[in-house]
Amino acid sequence: MSSNVLARRSPAASWFAENGALVALVVLVVALSLLSADFLSVTNLLNVGVQAAVTAILAFGATFVIVTGGIDLSVGSVAALSAIVLAWTATSAGLPWPVATAVSLAVGVVCGLVNAALIAYGKLPPFIATLAMLGIARGLALVISQGSPIAMPDAVSTLGGTFGDYLPIPVVVMVIMGLIAAVVLNRTYPGRAMYAIGGNEEAARLSGIKVNRQKLITYALSGAFAAVAGIVLASRLASAQPQAAAGYELDAIAAVVIGGASLSGGKGRALGTFVGALILAVLRNGLNLLSVSAFWQQVVIGVVIALAVLVDTLRRRGTN
Amino acid sequence: MMSSDKARTRAHGTEILRAEGLRKGFPGVQALDGVDLTLRAGEVHVLLGENGAGKSTLIKILSGAYRPDAGRVLVDGQPVEIRGAGDAQRLGIATIYQEFNLVPQLTVAENLSLGRPPRRFGLVDRKRMIEQAEALLDRVGVDVDPRTPVGRLGIARMQMVEIAKALALDARVLIMDEPTAVLTTGEVEKLFAIVRQLRDDGVSIVFITHHLEEIAEIGDRVTVLRDGRSVAEVPAGTPQDELIGVMVGRPIDQQYPRQAAGRGEPLLKVSGLTRTGVFDDVSFEVRAGEVVGVAGLVGAGRTEVARAVFGADSYDAGEVVVRGRRLPKGDVHAAMEAGLGLVPEDRKGQGLVLGADIGENLGLVTMRAATRAGFVDRAGQRGAAAKVAEQLGIRMTGLDQEVRTLSGGNQQKVVIGKWLVADAHVLILDEPTRGIDVGAKVEIYQLVNELTAAGRAVLMISSDLPEILGMSDRILVMARGRLVGELPAAGTTQDDVMALAVTEVEGSRVQ
Ligand SMILES: Nc1ncnc2c1ncn2[C@@H]1O[C@H](COP(=O)(O)OP(=O)(O)OP(=O)(O)O)[C@@H](O)[C@H]1O
Ligand SMILES: [Mg+2]
Repeated sequence: MSSNVLARRSPAASWFAENGALVALVVLVVALSLLSADFLSVTNLLNVGVQAAVTAILAFGATFVIVTGGIDLSVGSVAALSAIVLAWTATSAGLPWPVATAVSLAVGVVCGLVNAALIAYGKLPPFIATLAMLGIARGLALVISQGSPIAMPDAVSTLGGTFGDYLPIPVVVMVIMGLIAAVVLNRTYPGRAMYAIGGNEEAARLSGIKVNRQKLITYALSGAFAAVAGIVLASRLASAQPQAAAGYELDAIAAVVIGGASLSGGKGRALGTFVGALILAVLRNGLNLLSVSAFWQQVVIGVVIALAVLVDTLRRRGTN
Repeated sequence: MMSSDKARTRAHGTEILRAEGLRKGFPGVQALDGVDLTLRAGEVHVLLGENGAGKSTLIKILSGAYRPDAGRVLVDGQPVEIRGAGDAQRLGIATIYQEFNLVPQLTVAENLSLGRPPRRFGLVDRKRMIEQAEALLDRVGVDVDPRTPVGRLGIARMQMVEIAKALALDARVLIMDEPTAVLTTGEVEKLFAIVRQLRDDGVSIVFITHHLEEIAEIGDRVTVLRDGRSVAEVPAGTPQDELIGVMVGRPIDQQYPRQAAGRGEPLLKVSGLTRTGVFDDVSFEVRAGEVVGVAGLVGAGRTEVARAVFGADSYDAGEVVVRGRRLPKGDVHAAMEAGLGLVPEDRKGQGLVLGADIGENLGLVTMRAATRAGFVDRAGQRGAAAKVAEQLGIRMTGLDQEVRTLSGGNQQKVVIGKWLVADAHVLILDEPTRGIDVGAKVEIYQLVNELTAAGRAVLMISSDLPEILGMSDRILVMARGRLVGELPAAGTTQDDVMALAVTEVEGSRVQ
């Protein structure tokens, strides 16, 4: 009889299976540095970091939601709305920038809370609730800005710059948000509750976890992360644009899933999401360097997402 | 009605299936390490072994769910490869799994005809599907509407549906993995009647159970597994002590070591609890130091009352008072704060986060208490988890093993364990020892003794009458949503309990 190879794999093999995304990233980097002389330069790599930052920050927020077994389609719109609110309160309403920033973060949190309320109390499926918010937040951004960009306050725009001569601030913000996400997921009560809820909501409830309240926290966090992402994006462009970050929610979800999270909940790590976001950014950057047309880039990225999830599913089937 | 001609014509006693030297490893464990099994036509062959001994793994190989690493399986003397459910079905092997294989969203009828629904002009013939389902349900003697979604059935009825589903396959070899774990005496009798009928028709039955008294009643031969090896094949008439000896490797002097503790204050008072159509005017109290057993047939409303008391479901009238505090309806968190705990009957659906590891599951209930300033003391939680895992003898590769990959009995130990670490004042146990082997049961009973000795109280729902009689101080009996009587445990017999359990309840609004 045939022997079952998967059941008897070595520790090294199982490490590779667990960290498939990381392995893929390394392979990608090696391949691109062989194919393109420009890829491995410091400037280019920092550029990749900046490219990854907004997606990664959104994706960290989306990780919370996906771990609970939900989905948040509104993050791109919420990012745009938060940035518009910041720019508008600072310029048109003339509030000092720290206040404007606080208001902007609050807007992100409120959007998340509304999502969660619809889901937890209104019993809407997360897909529908956040799809509605995707429209609402985008619409509000357009209403407030009357459809045109608003300049960001200078103090906030420095977020788009660099520390010293090199280190881009968006990269720093990304790393900080990633660390926050990792700590929340691994160490805090809400984080651990997210895994329990995503793994088995009924068991979580019967273990005394207040599921509805934890969902409020989860979506609020996602909203807050979206606001930060929106501010970083607007700072880079020095203006808040109502159409900014459109479609970014899909990149965020893709990053989370490539990073090994399961859309059915209970699985996902901040580090994985980070790697997922980097894979997307490296791929885009590499394809640009190799002068692949933007049209083909979309095809390649679609294929990569499918492959990532396929490999993951096969791996799971192997262990069961 | 639905008997197999193939089976009929086969002489009783000829060998149908043989497994030789089966081995199967999973990361970190050798689940099977050399197992032999021979199965004759028209016999009930019992598989006996401790939790994690490899029983389910063995039958999963026979049913094609797993491929063995080594060894072979012969059917009618011919070596066969069983690669999946399709192969097993062609060979005439049907399996009732320990963890049910039902789709909760689909109706009973749809589940019964899953994969091969009756068709008419290429479309599913609903009418015939319902008729076939009704016939099957009738055969196992369970009273459910085939149009009910399976997810709404209690665990015992799910088990009966699962049995009906396997019968529909009309197999020569029927494998049953702990079918009686969740059934009450009445249903076990019905099941045994079916099993005897099948056996007389020449079907071979592989029967797994942890209820030793069932072995002599239904079995012909017993194969004992220990640590993944088949260590003995004995007749079913072998005395229980001997069976335990071969299975556990040490004698067990007392199966129900209840040590009554002094009765103290009432900790839980339930009065007039009613949910229309489900349970009606249920009142009782549980005092410190007591173990109160709750007996009754499936559908008597025991689980429903327990869930309502714990706040898992709401109710229409009545009140629940824990340690002098009246609990709000439908609020699990408040119930826990007041000192209640509930080990639910459905471990897979309600008790466990299957995809999470053992440590994580054991810490779920105490996580709130182990949180300081928002941060969970995970090291402390791991420590507590390691201690309970040790106490209960959970057979695992480590606390980081996914609960999904534990054997059924070991999963059950995790469900109980997570409440043992929580130190509830009143612990409600709903079928606590479902699927747990004799040795581990005694460990759990000892822990119950420790709880009551420390002034805690236990309300224990169980369909296992010897357990109810052996471990409770007082027994409440429910029938049709009503509390129909209370018996002292001392001097009460199984028949006394059953007589009450089948009472026709005057004026009960529960059907
Ligand atoms: N998919 C799996 N991955 C890893 N380990 C597994 C897997 N399935 C089973 N095991 C391990 O194999 C051993 C045997 O399990 P099995 O389910 O066969 O026990 P069992 O005899 O049926 O026990 P029980 O009486 O508790 O149902 C256990 O230690 C279990 O943890
Ligand atoms: Mg088993």
